Amino acid sequence: MKGLLEYLKKEREQDWRVELRSKLKNKERTQLERLAMPEQAADIRNKNFAEVNLGLSEEQARHEAQRCIDCPNPTCITGCPVGINIPKFIKKIEAGEFLDAARVLKETNSLPAVCGRVCPQEVQCEQVCFYPQKLNKPPVAIGFLERFAADYEQNSGKISVPDIPAVNGIKVASVGSGPAGLAFAGDMAKMGYDVTVFEALHEIGGVLKYGIPEFRLPNKIVDAEIDILKKMGVKFVNNFIVGKTATIEDLKKEGFSAFLVGSGAGLPNFMHIPGENYIGIYSSNEYLTRVNLMNAADPEYDTPVISGKSVAVIGGGNTAMDAVRISKRLGAGRSMIIYRRSIEEMPARVEEIKHAKEEGIEFLNLHNPVEYFADEHGRVNKMKVQKMELGEPDASGRRRPIPIEGSEFFIDVDTVVVSVGVSPNPLIPQSMKELDVSSWGTINVNKETMQTSIPDIFAGGDIVRGGATVILAMGDGRNAAAAMDRHIKGKVRELISLIKEFKTIGEVLEFAK
Amino acid sequence: MNKIIEKEYFSDSVVKLVVEAPQIAKSRKAGHFVIVRIGQKGERIPLTIAGADVEKGTITIIIQKVGVTSIKLCNLEVGETITDVVGPLGQHTHIEKVGTVLASGGGVGVAPLLPIVEALKNAGNKVITVLAARTKELIILEQQMRMHSDEVVIMTDDGSYGKKGLVTDGMEEVIKREKVDLAVTVGPAVMMKFVTILTKKYNIPTVASLNTLMVDGTGMCGACRVTVGGKTKFVCVDGPEFDAHEVDFNEMMLRLNSYKPEEEEAYENFLNKYRKA
Ligand SMILES: Cc1cc2nc3c(=O)[nH]c(=O)nc-3n(C[C@H](O)[C@H](O)[C@H](O)COP(=O)(O)OP(=O)(O)OC[C@H]3O[C@@H](n4cnc5c(N)ncnc54)[C@H](O)[C@@H]3O)c2cc1C
Ligand code: FES
Repeated sequence: MKGLLEYLKKEREQDWRVELRSKLKNKERTQLERLAMPEQAADIRNKNFAEVNLGLSEEQARHEAQRCIDCPNPTCITGCPVGINIPKFIKKIEAGEFLDAARVLKETNSLPAVCGRVCPQEVQCEQVCFYPQKLNKPPVAIGFLERFAADYEQNSGKISVPDIPAVNGIKVASVGSGPAGLAFAGDMAKMGYDVTVFEALHEIGGVLKYGIPEFRLPNKIVDAEIDILKKMGVKFVNNFIVGKTATIEDLKKEGFSAFLVGSGAGLPNFMHIPGENYIGIYSSNEYLTRVNLMNAADPEYDTPVISGKSVAVIGGGNTAMDAVRISKRLGAGRSMIIYRRSIEEMPARVEEIKHAKEEGIEFLNLHNPVEYFADEHGRVNKMKVQKMELGEPDASGRRRPIPIEGSEFFIDVDTVVVSVGVSPNPLIPQSMKELDVSSWGTINVNKETMQTSIPDIFAGGDIVRGGATVILAMGDGRNAAAAMDRHIKGKVRELISLIKEFKTIGEVLEFAK
Repeated sequence: MNKIIEKEYFSDSVVKLVVEAPQIAKSRKAGHFVIVRIGQKGERIPLTIAGADVEKGTITIIIQKVGVTSIKLCNLEVGETITDVVGPLGQHTHIEKVGTVLASGGGVGVAPLLPIVEALKNAGNKVITVLAARTKELIILEQQMRMHSDEVVIMTDDGSYGKKGLVTDGMEEVIKREKVDLAVTVGPAVMMKFVTILTKKYNIPTVASLNTLMVDGTGMCGACRVTVGGKTKFVCVDGPEFDAHEVDFNEMMLRLNSYKPEEEEAYENFLNKYRKA
């Protein structure tokens, strides 16, 4: 920690940073207003799938970058799960050196264009920014700036591909191609490993592709990041389910030395209330997969989806916001969020809730579904909901919602999306009986090294944390890569020292068997 | 990968494809299925793996033309490739020697029934197979079933072939004639429902292989959910075979029709394009 602080201090004392600081007084900087993100108008964007946020222009970005006073003690960094050198990249933007800014981001974050769009900055870096902490003003728009620098690099055609040392010939694999797997693959390739990423679906990217919709995270942004990994020598194998197509044991026999399990939390939860299996009631995973992965909204594609006229989405997370905003874009007259707690307790990003409201989504907070009804064809046509009130705080620290007796009423609906969380994907744990798994189904790991109960197997992302975030999954992937490198090198050293103890070549060959 | 090595027409509407898929060939067991997608705009559909050759690295699938994707698949020729093939998926069949097995198949269920019949026969069971259809032309895979069954009973609604009557009529005759230790049924949900009512009456343990709609096939979406013994199960990971006496077939019948209007429209559009081409 001390080393890091000294490093940051030294960086801050570099001539260009000192000079930049002297250009504007802090007083002038703090007078500047936080910029709003340019976006598509709400009544237009709720009918298309193009990205809502349009991104900052160069002038806007430099203006926003000027607000950052380049604090001697940059608290923002402590709020970043992967410790991005935030003041440095922002000052690079202020200096107009946008490609350098992107390079700073990439030192610690392999997917900045993704994170700039989907990280919950308001509870991370921006929450601990000097402005809200000390001035009671809106924070520097760190997320917007991250997105700006990363997009600038992608659009410049000068994307830097990290230097790759000579391959060391050691094969390692990631199970899953979500953010955990991608971050892991990037770091291992940078250290010279021969990396293969196995993905069960036909597309690479995990939730970034099948879950988060195009209007929030365009596929081409994700593909650009994947392309860089390919240029770095990472191999991607789609349509390959580890544990089914081949087991980890099979892959070991094929020469893989160690594994990262980043298989995500792909098992949808249902509420198990009467009528939940009627037609038109989807899990959020199914609804999002049909629309995002299978392009069901485009008549050119074969996969269908029901475009309801009155749609209820149950839940308050990012997934629920994505689903409800999709339903509006599919032409629903009425799209509702039904959530059992109040709006303050919703886990979704603040920006998503704001965007959803602007797009005409109704919020029924402190409401909970209790039963669904259907017509003679089994198609859902009505739901019964109950009003709730908040009681004492529960284990999560949030006030527990309590049903109000006799408050039930009916709402006409023709589509329902159940978005009440996901559980860990059980495929891998099922195929490896020795793996230590919690009662929730998450894989237990050493929190520093991400190593599981099986020394050659590491795990990270949602399979370890339950539902989490892109940035935390990436952080896990990177920590696992560092620890796996130490683990493998340790094993190699051990082998070498063992071999040195042998007296004849025959003994060595015997041992190698 | 996924290249078609061999193609054989069993009838106008039923095609056998041998597909290059070495990893799947190695890992698959009877009862497993694959998910395939044809073309970048295609949908993902499940197909039972009818057989595999580990040496040659191939799997066999039997496709019956029922909708857009199955027709596209049947139109592929030797040398062409299937865009995506992933598997093996699901729980494999529990194959045991139990004595006499009464297998029943109809409609879309006949193709997936074949590998189960074959495996049960190879395990040393006496296998009696009842095949049912509306009319003679719709009876498929009869020869193949005969190869792996001790006896095949054909039933048609209109009496144009075999005996006149429903699948359950054919089954009941057998049940009255001899002791049946296990019934296996694959077909339209309504058929399996009536088979189940019959075997319940005679107290015969029954296995049904369910052919619900699927998307990912890995337990991620819940499109394939059914109620078994009062609990929600995912056919792609918990199945496809279940104790038929516990399955809520009424619910399954409704869910199978989730996209009826959309499917019919897509099918019409497809046929129109297809006729023009
Ligand atoms: C709709 C939605 C919106 C979200 N919005 C946000 C947001 O705005 N901000 C944010 O920070 N987070 C958000 N999240 C959460 C975030 O996406 C996840 O926390 C993150 O993607 C987890 O990454 P992961 O690498 O652990 O797994 P995933 O992204 O889930 O990837 C796992 C991959 O592994 C594959 N796989 C599984 N099993 C196997 C196997 N046996 N063999 C091969 N492959 C396998 C899966 O098919 C999948 O592609 C959102 C999630 C959803 C669903
Ligand atoms: S097909 Fe998606 S869970 Fe079974």
